[in-house]
Formats: sequence, structure tokens, C-alpha cells
Amino acid sequence: MTSALDITQAVNPPRAVFLNFPLGHQTGKPHQPELQRRIVREAMQAFETITQPGTIIQLPHVWDPNDRTWEETDYTDGFLPERPPKEDADRVEAERRARFVG
Amino acid sequence: MPVEYIPRTRELYRDFAPYRWAVNADTPPWMPLSKPIARCKVALMSSGGILYRDQPRFHHEDDSFRIIPKAATQAELDVWHFGYPTKDAKADHNCVFPLARMRELEAEGVIGELADPAYSFMGGIYSARKVRDELAPKIIGELRRAHVDAFYLVPA
Repeated sequence: MTSALDITQAVNPPRAVFLNFPLGHQTGKPHQPELQRRIVREAMQAFETITQPGTIIQLPHVWDPNDRTWEETDYTDGFLPERPPKEDADRVEAERRARFVG
Repeated sequence: MPVEYIPRTRELYRDFAPYRWAVNADTPPWMPLSKPIARCKVALMSSGGILYRDQPRFHHEDDSFRIIPKAATQAELDVWHFGYPTKDAKADHNCVFPLARMRELEAEGVIGELADPAYSFMGGIYSARKVRDELAPKIIGELRRAHVDAFYLVPA
């Protein structure tokens, strides 16, 4: 699966399925199980339909037909959220792990 | 038009030494599917930094991987990754780790079997050599032991 066509073309894996969605959504939008299932089903079908090594199948789904501005901003300055201070990350981690102890 | 991520990465990380992308010009190795996908055992792996229950989070340059039971629920999963906005993946892991969707495709008979466990690592590993020579062989060993027919790798 890939949402970065140029990187996948460079890596040149035996089989790939490309979805033109913003990074972090390679198998669909959150809480849209129908869309996710269609994307993953198409990826599974590609195991059979791809017969030439290096083929990249491009899926037809569009992130938002009325707004393509994400293509201008994805993975540019300000795209990545600021990293939390280490103490904050450690506290969140400790809270998560404590939930599952015992 | 698909976004060109290689120049964007170069720009975003302009204060660092340029990343050396894996470039494979030769025809990729080819392993034909031995049977219809509806009879294949398929393993799922995501580079989106998925964590199960009390598993430790990843750190920078971390080339370890996590074993995620096939039956894991949304409440048991978390995401740690510095290289993409994880808000949506945290809210619904199926954005980058479609475990619930794969279970449904198994129940529908689209795939023969979803391998147990699934796997995840954190794809922000700056050394392609580490991935190729250390992480990948470990994963391949896991998949061979599990007699997996097909491997579905989802990046983030």
C-alpha cells in the first residue's frame, strides 16, 4: 500500500497499490469503514491482478472532490505537530501502560 | 496530481544531511501467488507505529517491531510516530493499520485467513541499511515460521 507514488516508484516493490490520500490515511479516512473496506479489498485483489513485477495500481478514490488544497500543504512546513516535551510524553506513556497492568 | 514527497522531504528536513532514498532500478524479485487470495494466509504489517496495550512506545532510530494480536480492539491500540500527524490513526487505527477491515475480509472469504499476529514498527528509521539488514530479516523469519502466503505492508 502507498500514498507516496514517487517514493514507491523509487523503491520499486514487486506489487503496490497507490491511494492519493494525505499521509496517515493509507487505508482510508477515520470512522469510514465502508471506504476502508473497499480500499483494503482492492489491495487484496491486486495480489491476483498484478502479474508484472513492479506494477503500481492506482485506486480511483478522491480525498475530497471539492478541495484539493491538502496536496499543496501535505508534508510541508507546519504539517507535523510539534513534539511534546519528553516529560509529557513519558507521563502519557505511563498512563497508557498503567491502564493495562494486571 | 500525486504529491512529490521526495522533494518535499528534502525541503522539510533542509537542515539535515539529505536522506538517501532506496532506489532499485532492477526488475523487482517476483514470487507468483501460489493459490487464489481467497485461500491464502495473509499477514498485516503497518509502519505507522502501532502499540498494543502496555507495549513500550518507539524511540528515534528505533528498528524494533511490535506483535499485535489479531483480535486486538481499538481500545487496546495506540499510535506513536513522529513523522506524520497521528490524530486520525489514534482515533481509528484502520486509517493505517486496517486490522478490523482485514478480519471482516477474512469472515467474508475475500482472503483465506488473516495471520495471527499482525505486526507494526515505526517507519521513521533514517537508515535504509538497518531496515534492510536487521528489521526485514527478522520479519521474514516470523512470516516463514507462520507459513504466510501473502504479506500486506501498509506505510503511514
